[in-house]
Amino acid sequence: MKVTSFHFMPYRDLPDDFDQRYRSAWVDAPWWELGDAEKVGEYYNQSIDELMHAARMGFDGLGTNEHHQNVYGFMCNPNLFGATLAKLTRDAGLDDVALVQLGATVSSTAPPIRIAEEYAVIDCISGGRLVAGLPLGLGCDANVSYGITPIEQRGRWAEAIDLMRKAWTAEEFFAWNGKYFQLPKVNLWPRPVQKPHPPLLVPGAASSSTWDYCHERDVPYAFLSYFGGKSADNVLNRFWERGEAHGRDRNPYRAAMLQLVGVAETDERAEEEFGKHVEFFYHKLLHLPPHYLAPPGQMDYRSMVSLFSNPYLEHMDYSVDLKPLTAKDMIEKEFAIVGSPATVREKLEAMCRRLNVGHLMVVPQFGSMPHDLAMKNIELFGREVLPHLQRLWVEDGWTNNWWPEKCQKVPAPALAGQA
Amino acid sequence: MPTPKTETIQLDHCGFEAKVKVAGSGSPVLYLHTAGGPRWDVLLDALAEEHTVYAPDHPGTGETDRYSIHQIDTLWDLVLAYDELLDRLGLSEVAIVGSSFGGMMAAEVAAHRPDRVSKLVLMSAIGLWRDDAPVAQYMLMPPDDLVTTLFADTSPAPVQAFLTPPADFKEAAVAQADLIWALGTTGKFVWPIPDKGLHKRLHRITAPTLVLWGDKDALVSAAYAEEFAARIADSRVEIIDGAGHVPQWEKADAVIPLVQDFLKE
Repeated sequence: MKVTSFHFMPYRDLPDDFDQRYRSAWVDAPWWELGDAEKVGEYYNQSIDELMHAARMGFDGLGTNEHHQNVYGFMCNPNLFGATLAKLTRDAGLDDVALVQLGATVSSTAPPIRIAEEYAVIDCISGGRLVAGLPLGLGCDANVSYGITPIEQRGRWAEAIDLMRKAWTAEEFFAWNGKYFQLPKVNLWPRPVQKPHPPLLVPGAASSSTWDYCHERDVPYAFLSYFGGKSADNVLNRFWERGEAHGRDRNPYRAAMLQLVGVAETDERAEEEFGKHVEFFYHKLLHLPPHYLAPPGQMDYRSMVSLFSNPYLEHMDYSVDLKPLTAKDMIEKEFAIVGSPATVREKLEAMCRRLNVGHLMVVPQFGSMPHDLAMKNIELFGREVLPHLQRLWVEDGWTNNWWPEKCQKVPAPALAGQA
Repeated sequence: MPTPKTETIQLDHCGFEAKVKVAGSGSPVLYLHTAGGPRWDVLLDALAEEHTVYAPDHPGTGETDRYSIHQIDTLWDLVLAYDELLDRLGLSEVAIVGSSFGGMMAAEVAAHRPDRVSKLVLMSAIGLWRDDAPVAQYMLMPPDDLVTTLFADTSPAPVQAFLTPPADFKEAAVAQADLIWALGTTGKFVWPIPDKGLHKRLHRITAPTLVLWGDKDALVSAAYAEEFAARIADSRVEIIDGAGHVPQWEKADAVIPLVQDFLKE
């Protein structure tokens, strides 16, 4: 399995009554009351250090993403960080670590070849280590923060991807006369090192239209849930069912899953160390009402009917009140996997096997977690959990067609006494 | 009460297959519905007693194909689609009544083809913008807030009918998706700010115009009634006391005679 260390770069210091005081962590959290640029500078530096620590500990990939106008995570352009990490990992000799941009939002970037250029820059600096994430984008980012018309977002996204692929690969000048984008003459500089272009990865939040898109194009899907493996069953089962209908095999590398993780010496200590940061994440940073996730038109009609008439997702619709849930509840429900190395190993392996996912996006810094605790978490995970997970699927003989060739390192064999 | 029948009309413009509910007899009235989607309501029943009422479904709503909204790319396309629809219906002269988003579209059609619009009724129309009285972000509200923004009084029967979901679970799911999709398909032409230049076009309207507004409209303030009236030469304003954004449901007894009498004048 390929394991990526993913970072949202949250605002780590919010008032206790944040979720009572403000209507949402997105758009409604006023910078002028909460934001401190000096602190933000620290957070950016710490986040880069945390990602670099993950690279040193042997993670397969480093992940960053794009969000706007919020306290949940504000790498407004993940490619600034991807480029930084490309340079730092290269200089550190860590040139088998993938840069998983998950990613820049092509539907709200005009023209989208800007992203094609930036992704190419990262691929050039890193010598071919980019994974090109292509998120549709949340409503609060694309529609509210960037003004994109909700019902046009999916069409813009699909057109932007077609344009990017052509811009990366065409061996001739071309004009693009699209529905949403028009360009008189395209001749992209630079272009990626990986040929024909870097592997693509489409993240999503359970929209059935996105699954179909992935299966039609033979592109892997990353389920970005915050509600753990238990509530992901139905989503990924349906993803695989749709795959079968499209004639796709069950290669686990077609799917990725995101998971918040906290590792400490014992289960008790882990709960004590990470509990309050779990609560901070779910109570404050996920203080996100549905009308911001998807303003009308943003979610496809068929996906809406499918979602409303299948109440299979206990938490995916974000309408469940997270506030009464304590850290203990959320750890028990496995929203976050928190425990000793043995507990975390066991739970993550069981989850990934059950869901049949070959890519795991671990979030080792979440919520208010301070830098030193995040570093320790990465250290322990890297030493005690990561090697074990990396061996998953190796025996099954699947090839991972969606990962940079330079980063296809073979995991170390199990040591005696290790499961 | 006349039962509306649905006519299917294939347009050349954008290849859009229009669906129009038709009822009643008498001089023609075109009704353009709100962002909440088409509903045959008390106002249309009353109008159909004296007129032939034509109530088209906005692309992607009502009986149209949900994905037909992707055929109509711009506001200009939508105005031309209505123009062709009126041609196909054989309506060389027609009164237009529009509510909220439908009011904006009624004004757009009347400004585009002043020659063919005989009377115009704008109820709680969006389409203009004042920084000191911004139109509420109705596409960015939790359901409870949307209800209080739409209605000053939720007790009248038409409001209750709107607020009561179907009892059947699957039907309720489809109804919920339809309502959200109606907001999305109409929102296509007004996002993110419902000001697409109508203020520059209103001067073209020659039809006698009734501008009708609830004094308690929390979605688009009654201050906008005067904004429309100031730009349309032959216009007058009627303010409905105690009504919110949908006066034809909240104060049907006051609104219906005003509209009927105006269309007779």
